[in-house]
Amino acid sequence: MGAFIVRRLFGMILVLAAVSLIVYLIFIVIPGGNPALRIAGKTATPGNIKAIELKLGLNHHGFFGFLWQWWDMMKALFTGSLVSYYDGTNVVQQIKEGIPVTFSLAIGAGVIWMGFGILVGTVSAVKAGQVSDRVITALALIGISLPVAWLGLLFRYFLAGEKGWPAIFPDGGYVPLTTDPVQWAYHMLLPWFTLAILFIGFYGRVLRSNILDTINEDFVRTAKAKGLTSQRILRKHVLRASLIPIVTLFGLDFAAVLGGGAIITEVVYSLPGVGFYAARSISQQDLPPLMGVTLFGAMFIVVFTLLVDIAYAYLDPRIRLS
Amino acid sequence: MATTGDEFTLDTAAELAAEEGSAGKEIQGRSPWALAWRRLRRNYVALGSLGVFILVVVACLLAPVYVSHVSGIPPNEVRLGDSVTKNGQKIPVISNGSTKIVNGVPVVVPGGIPIGAQWGATGGAYILGADEEGRDVTTRLLYGGRNSLYIGVTSAAITTVVAVVLALLAGYFGGGTDWVISRFFDLIWAFPVILLGIALGTALSVNGFHHFGINLSGSSLWITIGVVAFVFIPYIGRPLRGQILALRQREFVEAATAQGAGPIRIMFTEVLPNIASTVLVLFTLIIAACILTEVGLSFLGAGVQPPNPSWGTMIEEGQSQLATAPQISLYAGLAIAVTVLAINIFGDGLRDALDPRAKVRIEH
Repeated sequence: MGAFIVRRLFGMILVLAAVSLIVYLIFIVIPGGNPALRIAGKTATPGNIKAIELKLGLNHHGFFGFLWQWWDMMKALFTGSLVSYYDGTNVVQQIKEGIPVTFSLAIGAGVIWMGFGILVGTVSAVKAGQVSDRVITALALIGISLPVAWLGLLFRYFLAGEKGWPAIFPDGGYVPLTTDPVQWAYHMLLPWFTLAILFIGFYGRVLRSNILDTINEDFVRTAKAKGLTSQRILRKHVLRASLIPIVTLFGLDFAAVLGGGAIITEVVYSLPGVGFYAARSISQQDLPPLMGVTLFGAMFIVVFTLLVDIAYAYLDPRIRLS
Repeated sequence: MATTGDEFTLDTAAELAAEEGSAGKEIQGRSPWALAWRRLRRNYVALGSLGVFILVVVACLLAPVYVSHVSGIPPNEVRLGDSVTKNGQKIPVISNGSTKIVNGVPVVVPGGIPIGAQWGATGGAYILGADEEGRDVTTRLLYGGRNSLYIGVTSAAITTVVAVVLALLAGYFGGGTDWVISRFFDLIWAFPVILLGIALGTALSVNGFHHFGINLSGSSLWITIGVVAFVFIPYIGRPLRGQILALRQREFVEAATAQGAGPIRIMFTEVLPNIASTVLVLFTLIIAACILTEVGLSFLGAGVQPPNPSWGTMIEEGQSQLATAPQISLYAGLAIAVTVLAINIFGDGLRDALDPRAKVRIEH
């Protein structure tokens, strides 16, 4: 177990280094990617460009120069001194400011999609083949087919006063939890559901098919033969076994949402989170923030992948880590 | 690999025709494909969804006909000062600012608001209203659909082909090949999908891509296609690799090797047919995912570049005018939802039909 974790941690560092190298490559090597050219503008002289390259630390050329520049950027990122090409703001500082917003969004949405997903999946599996199952399955399919941006705009249009109807919910914006917990939750409700609806449908469907698989297992027949009530069989035997894949799925999806998966929701509701910061940097083609946010997201994904593997081995004794 | 899909429909269509006696082909027993087709044929919900999808595709393909015969407004033409005739009255497409007197006080009514849905009152123009530059929303919806569907289907096909080849190589050769390909999957997997798409899309849309003899301008749809196809490779490659690793141990592969079949032949004639049904289902479902990703990227400005419309750029364009001109965003979103839902339902039905272990199904 210890050796497994050490090996995986080492692998994680390699993956993160590779991710950052690729992002760097995308922005520097691809034609038009040299940020100095863009910042210098259309009427720049070669001298101007040289000066900007020097200022941004982009004056190294060739393969080793490229690696050197990348190393410089990584060093700046991890010592917290990396600044935006565009407005000189500190990248780590900006990401830190976005973290409470993104975490509020991800945690709230995660609780909602897990709760509703389990409810929906269990009900439709228990009622398999009946009308309620078919309705739930249909709703779940609709849920996974809706574009997030549109769903957010629909909520804003009909529920947040854009149509001219009385506003039931505030139209975007963020109130910190520490300032006013009630207003915080009130402002986050629409974003939470916007983000969660996609996952509710997906989790419900996965859980439903897991439960239908588990019901045919020998241990369930044994439990039935022992004379346990169906309530107890469902809760203690079927659901427990069926939830294992859901837990792992949740770990991965939650990490993806923390690491930038909520970007569209944040843009639609103008929530100043990490994803919003990335979206703002796109229009300015500002490499350092995108690098910072991508690594931030990739870090969550690799860490949660490891946690999920460990949790999986813990929950399912048949699996041995190697 | 895409041809596998074609073979599937062609073969079964031929067998169906034979069954009904309308073609001369003999019935050669019941292949798994024929059985799957029989199951699919009874799934009216899935077939209906396929019908809806085909309808959307045909409507989008007919976009130029719509422009020449109905709306008369090209998709990218700015028509700020234009006006339409409705009930004998001239109405500007983009409203002029004015002042009106409310309780004796002049109140400024801001201009610049595009007209809303006309529902045929103007004889075909602006059926679903105009956007902020006076362009016809219906026309742009159809042209945007062409782009969104084209990107979705093409990138899904490319992802599937690349992922199948990589999975075959990894699963068949194992060892070092498997290690390299699996690490490649891990690497793309570790990227947040939308962020990788954004980084690639943003960088490439500045000056395009001019390497390896490929020349793409920054506004080329192929950049978005490439980006979307790239990020989904492991989502198909990973499950297939696992399946192929298991198939590799089966006797029929050993038998083929004993007969002297080379790796390519074994991969494509022995292994591939055994994963064809999985590939087909994954391909169908990944189309839906690709369309949604294109929409997300275009919404964030890293996909299809304006003024070229796509369903994603239309949602973005209308976002700031949600209160005054909701038609710009909302119909585009509705079109996406209907199309993606149709693909998902059909993909589900296809899986139920192809998977012999299929349990409780939606229909009956």
